Amino acid sequence: MSKYIKLMLIGLVTGLANGLFGSGGGTIAVPAMILLLKKEDHIAHATAIAVILPLTVVSAVLYISNSFIDWGLTVKVIMGGIVGGYIGAKLLAKCPSRILRKIFSLFMIAAAIRMIL
Amino acid sequence: MLFLIGLVSGIVSGMGIGGGTILIPALVLFAKPDQHIAQSVNLIFFIPTAVVALIIHIKNRRIDFKTAIPIVVFGILGAFIGSRFAIKLPGSVLKKYFGVFLLILGIYEMIRKDGKKSAGSNN
Repeated sequence: MSKYIKLMLIGLVTGLANGLFGSGGGTIAVPAMILLLKKEDHIAHATAIAVILPLTVVSAVLYISNSFIDWGLTVKVIMGGIVGGYIGAKLLAKCPSRILRKIFSLFMIAAAIRMIL
Repeated sequence: MLFLIGLVSGIVSGMGIGGGTILIPALVLFAKPDQHIAQSVNLIFFIPTAVVALIIHIKNRRIDFKTAIPIVVFGILGAFIGSRFAIKLPGSVLKKYFGVFLLILGIYEMIRKDGKKSAGSNN
């Protein structure tokens, strides 16, 4: 597969998932860049943010212009997120995230089943 | 409760796991907004954190722009198609599609080998 086809595919799939599900762009773009483009981990993580930010802005504008927005809810969640992001960064320095990751993956699977049923 | 959901999602993002994959299901299950609203909260939530992370990464020269630019060009096309499709779907249907996507990501997160991943806020 040529490099340009790979870049095109990664872009399309990342944008589609991020727009359709409002999330998951990084979860796709990071491993895609590592596996298909052979980028180093930290470069892939940083580059993914540069990719997903403009895609997220496009999707957010489309959602908002179609009235899918609750500013009160959004602001409350963001305030929690700022504090959480700070704690998360501190926590990461102190304990390995391996076990936490497994706990969160269990939550994701359980929540997914509840959402499907 | 909403603050708590934001808090947990922030912690998760800080650890380099996609915050949205926790934030959206937590909102839908505990605060019960429409699926579209939960997704828009996550999209907007991501923007300020990503701007801060991006500035730090640009300063540290960690961004491969030659790779990012072509991905963004096609990514914007994908984002248009994906968002239009989501907007047209009823919330109850979108929620089920999201559930399938989340299940795949959850299983992937469960079975993948844990490398020494650098922290970064991924959506």
